[in-house]
Amino acid sequence: MQKSLLITADLCTSCMQCEMACSFEHEGVFNPAKSRIKVFEFEHGKRAIPYTCTQCAEAWCLHACPVEALSRNPQTGAVEVDDDVCVGCKVCTIACPFGTVNYNQDTGKVIKCDLCGGDPQCAAVCPTDAIVYVDANWTGYERMKQWAVKSDARPSA
Amino acid sequence: MGWQRKILRVNLSEGTAESEPLNMDWAFQYLGERGLATKYLWENMDPKADPVGPDNVLIFATGPLTGTMASTGGRYVVVTKGPLTGAIACSNSGGKFGAELKFAGYDLLVIHGRAPEPVYLHIVDDEVEILPAGELWGATVWHTEEALKARHQNPLLKVASIGVAGERGVRFACIINDLHRAAGRSGVGAVMGSKNLKAVAVHGTVGVRVDDPGRFMEVVRETHKLLAESDGRKELTELGTNAMIDMMQEFGGLPTRNFHEVQFDGVDKINPTAMAATTPSGHRNLITNKACFGCTIACGRIAHIDANHFTIVNRPEYRHASGGLEYETAYAFGPVVGIDDIDALTFASYLMNEHGMDPISFGGTLAAAMELYEMGVITADDTDGVALEFGNAEALTIMAEKTGKYEGFGQVLGLGSKRMCEKYGHPELFMGVKGQEFAGYDSRALQGMGLGYATSNRGACHLKHDAFAVDMEDQTGNGKARPVKRSQDKVAIIDSTGLCLFTTSAWGIKDFQKQIDAACEGDWTVERLFETGERIWNLERQFNLAAGLTAADDTLPKRLLEVPAPSGTAKGKVNELDKMLPEYYAERGWTTDGVPTQETLERLGL
Amino acid sequence: MDYVIVGAGPAGVIAAETLRRSDPAGAITLIGDEPEPPYSRMAIPYLLAEGIGEEGTHLRHGGDHYEKLKIEVRQGRVASLSPGDKSLALDGGETLSYDKLLIATGAHAVRPPIPGMDLPGVENCWTLEDARRIAAGARPGSRVVLMGAGFIGCIVLQALAARGVDLTVVEMESRMLARMMDDAGAEMIERWCKSKGVEVLTSAKVTGVEATNGGLRLIIDDAGMIDADLVVCATGVAPNLGFLEGSGVDTDLGVLVNEYLETGVAGVFAAGDVAQGPDFSTGKQAVHAIQPTASEHGRIAARNMAGHETRYRGSLSMNVLNTLGLISSSFGLWAGADGGERAVAADPERFRYLRLEFEDDVLVGALCLGLTQHVGVIRGLVQTRVRLGPWKDRLLNDPLQVMSAYLERTQGVA
Ligand SMILES: Cc1cc2nc3c(=O)[nH]c(=O)nc-3n(C[C@H](O)[C@H](O)[C@H](O)COP(=O)(O)OP(=O)(O)OC[C@H]3O[C@@H](n4cnc5c(N)ncnc54)[C@H](O)[C@@H]3O)c2cc1C
Repeated sequence: MQKSLLITADLCTSCMQCEMACSFEHEGVFNPAKSRIKVFEFEHGKRAIPYTCTQCAEAWCLHACPVEALSRNPQTGAVEVDDDVCVGCKVCTIACPFGTVNYNQDTGKVIKCDLCGGDPQCAAVCPTDAIVYVDANWTGYERMKQWAVKSDARPSA
Repeated sequence: MGWQRKILRVNLSEGTAESEPLNMDWAFQYLGERGLATKYLWENMDPKADPVGPDNVLIFATGPLTGTMASTGGRYVVVTKGPLTGAIACSNSGGKFGAELKFAGYDLLVIHGRAPEPVYLHIVDDEVEILPAGELWGATVWHTEEALKARHQNPLLKVASIGVAGERGVRFACIINDLHRAAGRSGVGAVMGSKNLKAVAVHGTVGVRVDDPGRFMEVVRETHKLLAESDGRKELTELGTNAMIDMMQEFGGLPTRNFHEVQFDGVDKINPTAMAATTPSGHRNLITNKACFGCTIACGRIAHIDANHFTIVNRPEYRHASGGLEYETAYAFGPVVGIDDIDALTFASYLMNEHGMDPISFGGTLAAAMELYEMGVITADDTDGVALEFGNAEALTIMAEKTGKYEGFGQVLGLGSKRMCEKYGHPELFMGVKGQEFAGYDSRALQGMGLGYATSNRGACHLKHDAFAVDMEDQTGNGKARPVKRSQDKVAIIDSTGLCLFTTSAWGIKDFQKQIDAACEGDWTVERLFETGERIWNLERQFNLAAGLTAADDTLPKRLLEVPAPSGTAKGKVNELDKMLPEYYAERGWTTDGVPTQETLERLGL
Repeated sequence: MDYVIVGAGPAGVIAAETLRRSDPAGAITLIGDEPEPPYSRMAIPYLLAEGIGEEGTHLRHGGDHYEKLKIEVRQGRVASLSPGDKSLALDGGETLSYDKLLIATGAHAVRPPIPGMDLPGVENCWTLEDARRIAAGARPGSRVVLMGAGFIGCIVLQALAARGVDLTVVEMESRMLARMMDDAGAEMIERWCKSKGVEVLTSAKVTGVEATNGGLRLIIDDAGMIDADLVVCATGVAPNLGFLEGSGVDTDLGVLVNEYLETGVAGVFAAGDVAQGPDFSTGKQAVHAIQPTASEHGRIAARNMAGHETRYRGSLSMNVLNTLGLISSSFGLWAGADGGERAVAADPERFRYLRLEFEDDVLVGALCLGLTQHVGVIRGLVQTRVRLGPWKDRLLNDPLQVMSAYLERTQGVA
């Protein structure tokens, strides 16, 4: 059964543990600037929204890639960047209508959520269960993906 | 590692900003944050310097665990000479600014001199600019933060700034970061203002590494779990720090109406239950809770004010959420001034953050002014026509705003309680130590707290020791010197890590030790940590002695030493400082005049 | 069913793969005229910058990728098309018949009609073969003149600079990136290039190129002469339509296609740089010669060819560019819509710029300079036509709130 990140923004206290866990997992350093998940805050902290890739079925990033540097991991369903192939053209960063593929100026490659190969660290450390890793067909997940469907600039067929 | 091994030194008089290597010898002796900043202050200025003159040095310091996954690892401290106290100031803050400064690559930001014109610092990693503040001078903290993010087109900037209160030298002006977190006490905001420094805006992308990542992550998993499972932590998360108000009320340690009383009949209207209750008109003060950087407790409250409340009914600009009541704010705008209007308290709290002032000192000063008013020493002629009576909620919010904008009687309140009471010939009405107002704990009910207040190096402070449990168990002055001393040293360590004191709800010293040892090079044992804490404490003391303070400043107001508590568990008791203090000096290895002996200094390598 | 795809660039390859998924049994032939495995032109700059080798430009990496999908890849040039008998002729005379045809022939570089443009040492930068020649001529210290500072020119600029050449850019228009940036943004990019040691001449017209002793000399209208070892020409491209002459397939700037990417001739589709299809922003037909459009076209055309009727809502013009480390992007109607409103935040000193264009309370276009994080949400907002409601005023005030606006308006948190 494939799993997905389920984010419940109401539970988020914006503690940033997720951003640190993410950057540590991927870069070996505590550095929110390099996190694949970002927490956005509103109105003096009234709301906080952890935000990352939903591994959407449309995979705009993957299709826009000119050199096949992005591919879907069949085990996790995550779209992953192959650093050895990525040329850093950034086309995926503008193609993804969710803004969840970002350019890393230090490496000259792009970074995105890869579900940590099936054990997403953001969910592992989240102290409030604002981020959990659950079965993809769990009903709550559909809510989160609604917008992905709405934004499908492709076909209505 | 843990440290960035780099500091940023800014000289505002000369307009220079240079980074330099962190002095690692000092890091190994003082750990970081509070300890390291104290050492840098000691080495960089004359303790006799005017706190609001160009020779004072203003230090923002992070700890080795700031910006790591250690829970609450987002703290920083501002260390300088305090304008309220004339003593060393050491004001600790959370939010996200401290971690960001660390992520930009710096352990410390050391600021010298005074800019010829108002300026702000813009720091993005290695790029540091001293830029003209222009029309931001005179702006509120809230406006400044928004304007700087817009000016630099960088929503990720973290900003620490002052309001008009800091610009104009209100003695208890603080530095606010992230809109409602404060380096609050002793007037550090006035030091920043005296330097013509409006704000520090920073964005960091360098990140933080630790010495032994594998071990560190293992320890962090353990300590996260301890916090997650602790009842003390759960209470902080669910109720916030204001849970304390019910406890202090029941105990009879809740200073009320300028310490005339120790219990307040309006507590039910301003406690956590009241914050979470929905009014008949459908308003609920509390919206949610919120964490500082890295914190898995999230004791912070986010609240809003009833749109129909008199404070904001005609001021739609305040109809947004912001930081809500913490215990000390609830105390300082509630019992000690006799007010129980939760929306007025919340609004006053907004004003403190917006204009950059310390609510404890403001509330303490207002309480003394109210007493002066009720005594007839000052009248409505002095107070811009406002009836400064205990319980007058409108007076609270009007005076908060006047002080924040440095207008009318607000200029007098801005002196702080001690100077104001002296001005009107009633120094005995000042409720504090070394010029700094008390927090919300009455030292007749909590004896050790009295000793802690009297000996705290930054003036009256409830956060520089942690002997609470002992105090609640035994309400005499017996045997308090040792636990107070020991916990002062322990707190000095915690304050030097980059972590928050509230983690002690679940962590013992060993838990801190494990995290420090995994993050930092060097062998950090519990013994070494206690020695480090003691070294820090003694260096702070050295600074104060050199600044001209003496044992005579280690005292409490007569009201606590001579007037018995009128009610509560300590009914009939006064504080037994005269008994505790000599024991304390002995415990510390100080002379009977409160001066560290040569032997003590040598033992600590001072 | 016999599918034939002409042109083995991204549009053609993605169409072939999509066809295979949609119709497991059909016969698929992919014909390309370049003597290379199918590759991506837009990877050429990274080849020149030596970030990758030639195989790094290839669209697909598994050696037997096409075989496994039973896609027949053929080298050859299609010379003409006869829709009447559903066949096409290759150079050399061979004919091929098809049931469904995709025209994905892309574009070719065009040079301005200036004397001397055909001299050796004057190169395009469009194909792998071009890239090999440029790589041979552009050595550290070589004097290189780049003609044209449009989008492609600027990408090539970055690659040439990375090779350590002594670079001069000559642009005829009054600013760089005339079709991707406004004056303010282009000014910043030009100033940035100059600060990095690249000579940039705007409003400068090359009137002739001459061979000199061991080199080339460019005559510039007002600015005299420049000596060069190599001239790289990036002055524009034109769709490859030649073989369609007399076929009855309608063309304008490119091959005209409807919202199913089908031409007026039943069974004949077009995709990518060669196609003039629906423009998301204007509703008219436009050529959007960019990679994302080639990829979307390829997929949607293939679905329609395979009989899965799929309507295309139109391509969005968008680009992202790295000019010597300064990153810029443009989306949709960045120059504004009639009667629309604009929000601008500019910090020229720090090379930061954000311009948002609204129509009513919908974002329709944007320009960004110095912004790399979450830029995709701009596409999201434009493409979904999300009503911004109260956020529009906030954005007019402070366009940097665009991520907040996006989250609140799309993630159901208001
Ligand atoms: C240097 C450079 C940098 C670029 N950078 C970017 C960028 O950063 N972002 C972006 O979005 N786009 C960029 N592009 C544009 C992008 O590469 C094109 O939009 C994309 O390649 C279009 O794909 P296509 O399949 O439509 O056409 P092409 O890639 O041109 O492929 C068409 C193929 O058909 C062949 N062909 C033509 N006629 C015939 C015929 N009669 N018979 C057989 N075969 C034929 C051609 O030779 C070619 O191989 C860049 C282009 C270049 C040259």
